[in-house]
Amino acid sequence: MANLILDSSFVKIPTIKFKKLFINGEFLDSVSGKTFETVDPRTEEVISKIAEATKEDVDIAVKAAREAFDFGPWPRMPGAERAKIMMKWAGLIEQNIEELAALDTIDGGKLYSWCKTVDVPESANILRYYAGAADKIHGEVFKTSRNLHLYTLMEPIGVVGHIIPWNVPSVMFFAKVAPSLAAGCTMVLKPAEQTPLSALFYAHLAKEAGIPDGVINVLPGFGSTAGAAISSHMDIDAVSFTGSTETGRRVMQAAAMSNLKPVSLELGGKSPVLVFDDADVDKAVDLALFGILHNKGEICVAFSRVFVQEGIYDEFEKKVVEKAKNWVVGDPFHPKVQQGPQTSKVQFDKILSYIEHGKNEGATLLTGGKKIGNKGYYIEPTIFTNVKDDMLIAQDEIFGPVMVLSKFRTIEEAIKKANNTKYGLAAGIVTKDLDIANTVSRSIRAGIIWINCYFAFDTDCPFGGYKMSGFGRDYGLDALHKYLQVKSVATPIYNSPWL
Amino acid sequence: MTLSSNGKTNFSLEIPTIKFTKLFINGKFVDSISGKEFETIDPRSGEVIAKIAEGTKEDIDVAVKAARVAFDDGPWPRMPGVARAKILTKWADLIEQNIEELAALDTIDAGKLYSFCKAVDIPGVAGTLRYYAGAADKIHGEVLKPARELHAYTLMEPIGVVGHIIPWNFPSTMFAAKVAPSLAAGCTMVLKPAEQTPLSALFYAHLAKEAGIPDGVLNVVPGFGQTAGAAISSHMDIDKVSFTGSTEVGREIMISAARSNLKPVSLELGGKSPILIFDDADVDKAAELALLGIVFNKGEICVAGSRVFVQEGIYDEFEKKLVEKAKAWVVGDPFDPKVQQGPQVDKKQFEKILSYIEHGKKDGATLLTGGKRVGNKGYYLEPTIFSNVKEDMLIAQDEIFGPVMALMKFKTIEEAIKSANNTRYGLAAGIVTKNLDIANTVSRSIRAGIIWINCYFAFGSDIPYGGYKMSGFGRDFGLESLHKYLQVKSVVTPIYNSPWL
Repeated sequence: MANLILDSSFVKIPTIKFKKLFINGEFLDSVSGKTFETVDPRTEEVISKIAEATKEDVDIAVKAAREAFDFGPWPRMPGAERAKIMMKWAGLIEQNIEELAALDTIDGGKLYSWCKTVDVPESANILRYYAGAADKIHGEVFKTSRNLHLYTLMEPIGVVGHIIPWNVPSVMFFAKVAPSLAAGCTMVLKPAEQTPLSALFYAHLAKEAGIPDGVINVLPGFGSTAGAAISSHMDIDAVSFTGSTETGRRVMQAAAMSNLKPVSLELGGKSPVLVFDDADVDKAVDLALFGILHNKGEICVAFSRVFVQEGIYDEFEKKVVEKAKNWVVGDPFHPKVQQGPQTSKVQFDKILSYIEHGKNEGATLLTGGKKIGNKGYYIEPTIFTNVKDDMLIAQDEIFGPVMVLSKFRTIEEAIKKANNTKYGLAAGIVTKDLDIANTVSRSIRAGIIWINCYFAFDTDCPFGGYKMSGFGRDYGLDALHKYLQVKSVATPIYNSPWL
Repeated sequence: MTLSSNGKTNFSLEIPTIKFTKLFINGKFVDSISGKEFETIDPRSGEVIAKIAEGTKEDIDVAVKAARVAFDDGPWPRMPGVARAKILTKWADLIEQNIEELAALDTIDAGKLYSFCKAVDIPGVAGTLRYYAGAADKIHGEVLKPARELHAYTLMEPIGVVGHIIPWNFPSTMFAAKVAPSLAAGCTMVLKPAEQTPLSALFYAHLAKEAGIPDGVLNVVPGFGQTAGAAISSHMDIDKVSFTGSTEVGREIMISAARSNLKPVSLELGGKSPILIFDDADVDKAAELALLGIVFNKGEICVAGSRVFVQEGIYDEFEKKLVEKAKAWVVGDPFDPKVQQGPQVDKKQFEKILSYIEHGKKDGATLLTGGKRVGNKGYYLEPTIFSNVKEDMLIAQDEIFGPVMALMKFKTIEEAIKSANNTRYGLAAGIVTKNLDIANTVSRSIRAGIIWINCYFAFGSDIPYGGYKMSGFGRDFGLESLHKYLQVKSVVTPIYNSPWL
């Protein structure tokens, strides 16, 4: 049984300063006057009422973004000037790290120490990365086979709709906003209804930094209303979505049924980690456990399926269970806690239900499987073994601290099992053997392969899915393409000394 | 308006024997599982050319299985790019040895000008194949600059089994535009040619086999949109769909893709492209450009310059010259070297265009010339020009896909830009001026994917081409189009004791 710490001496709940919709540079009530409650998963109590955007508010926000795009300064500025403002914004974020980190902690149950040292500073870094790219967006000049002068312009696509998830509210905000701003687009962003708080604070800081009115609009609300209004809006030029596969399906259909706007989708995963016989077992266990427990398993790239080569399997199983039993679950403000509460009751219930399925289907429960305490959405680190590949717990994304542990014999078997999923987001390989690393990294159909590491994200490293984990890439210069359109311009030339 | 050899059989010597009428799956020509067939019609006469095997869902399933085995286990993706290039180049050679027969197939299938198919379309297929053959061994990932001690790089991997759904207006060009980059990238595929124009696609398949394309890599399944096409867009084992065609069908494809396995799609859809002619233009040349812009390929081209805006200083002279040239335009049998415009592709298109012409008249536009059928056999239409068109009229907003121009006047450059952008489409635009500033400003201001300054239809293998707004997304041609058939995989490993990052 994992250790539970609910000691509240480290808790720092900030005052909630921003609770309204941010449209055209102002914080406003929703047109309908509706509000919704955002809940603290550590205590199940209401943190605050937040203005709830519905279709009418989305319409107003899109009008503001359209005006800002078609006539405002933002797309017409040189990239270096957009960069200056984005850098200022990054600086303001860095001056408010603790408050922003605390907002994500109470909203999402995320570890305060992680938010403070990683998520929020990383958000500022993402802004700086794309600020640095803003004046380096190049078209090309071509080699035609006739007397033509031909080049491409990389133009901002226009008004973008961003729909982001609740699991990493700060990083997801900037993964979408930073490249689209650098490209010269304007936007309407709907943060998840579970985690609206940091997004609204970022909007406030954006205004302080000098982002012109209408360029960024932040509308908290629900998927079936505000989110649907965005994906089906006739005047939004592209939608970028990160979230569940089921919602991604709806976003793409709505885009097709409305104005055929292009979409990019980053969806779920059931990512495998393959641990080979030559691995250092202790390090491999740490990596695999972190791979499923980091952010309480609420990560699309979670290593939810662990395959260990038979030579080291028994030792691995023994060590991973031991470490899981000693994992510290509790209040995410506490510096000793390694795992906070699940984000919401819906998720909490869903994970517990998958655990029941696992037991009913006949898998062996090695450790965990139960909720902890009677307040807050805390679940024990859970490990199943003797899992058949077609069991629900091996195929469905659980999005919680539930590991499926299996054995393999040969490299071919490992590759086959790794690819036996409709998803293709991430994969881990633990080995020092060069040939295994090279062969297996090419053989697994997934968008990011981590060799002897996990969660090694970087602003310069493209990230996204294969198969039903989606399409389109976040991060890196690749992400800019989602927010740019290629325009070719051709003119005949005469008497040219060369082609 | 001159009519020449309307539907006469003077040129029947040029009609080739139809050698390939079955589905091409896994390297063999086979009947459809259902045994169904459909007729392909010659639009010069309305008569049946041949019966073609009709692919439905079951046949698509068999083809996808073959393509899947060819991708997952076959040689094609595992070859070096240069080895794929050799085969693609051989295929290009074989096509060049069969230009006349292929050109004749497109002429009788689609009513396209024989001389143009022979001189441009078919050689273009070989050219496109060679272009992508040359790119096949130059598909680069990148090594990245992470902020921590990591070795990180990207692999550009073939996306897998691709579904191609191509239209009837440029059967050869479209076949090459989709097949060449996806083959170069290492993908395998199932292609459905349009039901109006299956003939050249099947011949290309035969030549592909001769060239050494391994079985299962390229599968060609003629059939209809609602059956074979729908089976492709909704298939759970197709990794990507590339579509060129109407906006309405594009919508259905994207919805099916979302409902099935969330496969990415690229869509090249319709257009209502504007040509802006400024006061400094050579009026005679501008009138020629504008006329060609709407009657080329009998107006059955997505980038047709269907809305022509002329600055008021030269408007009267322009209108006079344009009408003169339109009246002299030669419509007739596309095998006749004197003919400039063949028949519309089929009865359905023919009737749709005539109906738009009626709308134009009813809505109060002025019919300057044309508007009627030519002859009484085959789907021949007169080049048609309307003036006094208001921008919200149907003939100014809807894509007609025929030889029907909406001619309008403008005063200032700002007005021209506004009018040009007053459409849900965004495929192409033409600008006729020698003024540098007008050319630069206007080319940036029009929301369209390809801007032609003092030219029109300037396509090329290296020139990326595709839509803005409801003309779609994704690019054909150029190295850009390889991206549609590749996926980015990032690979990250920690490094230790590195002398530099």
